[in-house]
Amino acid sequence: MIRFLLKGLLRDRSRSLFPLLTVAAGVMLTVFMFAWLRGVEASLLQSTAHFGSGYLRVTTAAYATDADQMPNDLALLGADTILAGLRARYPALRWTPRITFGGLLDVPDARGETRAQAPVAGLGADLLSPGSPEPGLLRLAAALVRGRLPARRGEALVSEELATRLGIRPGQTATLIGSTMNGAMALANFTVVGTVRFGIGPMDHGALVADLADVRAALDMEDGASAILGFFRDDLYHERTADSVAASFGAAARSTGRYRPVMETLRQASGLSDLLDYIAVILDAVIAFFVFAMSIVLWNAGLMGSLRRYGEIGVRLAVGEDQGHVYRAMLVEAVAIGLVGSLVGTAIGLAASYVLQVHGINVRALLKDNTMMMEDVLRARVTPGAALVGFVPGLLATVLGAGISGLGIYRRQTSQLFKELEA
Amino acid sequence: MRRAWWLALALRAAAAAAQTPSGDEIVRRVDANLFAESRIMTSQMIVHGERETRTIESKTWQRGTSDAYTEYLAPARERGTKMLKLGDDLWTYDPGTDRTIMISGSMLRQSVMGSDLSYEDMMEDPRLERSYAATVSGSDTLDGRNCLVVDLTARREGLAYHTRKVWVDAERFVPLREDLYARSGRLLKTMRLGDVAEVGGRWVPRHAVYKDVLKEGEGTEFVIRSIEFDAPIPSYLLTKAALRR
Repeated sequence: MIRFLLKGLLRDRSRSLFPLLTVAAGVMLTVFMFAWLRGVEASLLQSTAHFGSGYLRVTTAAYATDADQMPNDLALLGADTILAGLRARYPALRWTPRITFGGLLDVPDARGETRAQAPVAGLGADLLSPGSPEPGLLRLAAALVRGRLPARRGEALVSEELATRLGIRPGQTATLIGSTMNGAMALANFTVVGTVRFGIGPMDHGALVADLADVRAALDMEDGASAILGFFRDDLYHERTADSVAASFGAAARSTGRYRPVMETLRQASGLSDLLDYIAVILDAVIAFFVFAMSIVLWNAGLMGSLRRYGEIGVRLAVGEDQGHVYRAMLVEAVAIGLVGSLVGTAIGLAASYVLQVHGINVRALLKDNTMMMEDVLRARVTPGAALVGFVPGLLATVLGAGISGLGIYRRQTSQLFKELEA
Repeated sequence: MRRAWWLALALRAAAAAAQTPSGDEIVRRVDANLFAESRIMTSQMIVHGERETRTIESKTWQRGTSDAYTEYLAPARERGTKMLKLGDDLWTYDPGTDRTIMISGSMLRQSVMGSDLSYEDMMEDPRLERSYAATVSGSDTLDGRNCLVVDLTARREGLAYHTRKVWVDAERFVPLREDLYARSGRLLKTMRLGDVAEVGGRWVPRHAVYKDVLKEGEGTEFVIRSIEFDAPIPSYLLTKAALRR
């Protein structure tokens, strides 16, 4: 029976080709949109975690309130003790302290007078300890443009853009002019040993990356940190786990006051909550729209097919074929078309997504004034979910379309069939 | 009889008015009392931050009101840091980096050593007479001393504080309290001065508490350990070369 139906489908292309192409196109678009949005979301989450808030972030309560202003006067003190506690209590995460700060980078001339000066967005991270996750999290090796990575105290990296603006080359010394955590002026010399390009607008504009110990000394923050960041070992954001870790930390907290340590998830700390919700809604809407639109199109295609096959169905009913049998046969046809169309659409969608995952699209020009930790090259992300997200609705829409259009079979009166056929 | 009483009252009021100096006169006397051709001073600045208290010691050589050289003596982190003010220019020298940095633009609004004073405060011409028009708005008693309350309004644009309210000791012509306001009328800083002593024929407040009301913490104490007026100042000291000496 199935063989008979398949033969019918293959021999009558108008019954199969248009619905198949429609299903394949819809599935392909859905898979591609899903993979693209998932890719943008993953890139945003990872960049934000690596260069900003971590997947979990511990700061003082006061710092968390004004974190955008990098208020190091409100920074964590006794950070090493807190860090040891976090590592012991939550070993599933990698914990690392950081200091973020603003300031000026001053490049002296031969007489020690200011030759060039520019604002910097500073980052102090543990670059030198053996086994520190920071060089990997910050992708320093991949980001290096000129020179080398810091290997000893007093060395720093600056963004390539900043180095060009200041006319500074690897090996030269520059002075950081900033503010200590007490609000006094801080000056510290760094040897710029390399330049980096992270592909993230806010970092590439004016980043200075130095070892945490140097930044602590420069900003008079001994045993201090702006924040201690937590990263999942698979480098993916597990929101439920993050929520439960943050809740457990909050429940165990004994200290009070505005300098008490508080833990926030990436969603809370990064200000991306609305954006993440928005992406989730868009993904749901894309799938819902696809199923709805495809159902309408395939219903319409089914109706047109039914009209074209009006005589055929009439003859089948007239020779005694049961209405239910005809209806089921049409559903089986739809399943066959849906399966093939969804497979083809999924394959093409995944292939296109994979190309975009490898090559990406550079949107730097569109993100000129972007302040989000977002990579300039946006990529799709091929996941097992992407393979299913189009396939299931593709099959569903085809069967639904055929099911609705095929209901007309039950409205045919057997007694009227010969009259209809004569006409 | 009634007419004579009114006459006496009017005469007494006129006499009192004649005895109360004008606002500008009060300010001139305050300036004359506090400023000299030169002065050499060692002082302590005790910064009462929200999380810790820090004490910073320094020695200042000042020529007139426009030029000054300050060397920080303690704590260890600040030892050897120097600051030079020549007219409208201000430099700081950091021994750790061996760099001399000119402080200008937005850096002037930064706090001096984390205190409640900004570099902008240091750059202000301390002679009130030159920068402010003064009027007497009343009298008050502070720390048991009779004070004249003087309202100061900026004579020109660009001053850190548009208006000031100063409580001046009516006898010694030493300010005992100051409230500093922005043009909008918002209170920015307060100063309380005390421990007034006679030094070289001048009344000098040796203790002051500055409070930046926009900042957390308990304010900054400024204590004069020693002060010497009209002492000779080596000319090399007030040059940029002296910073790296």
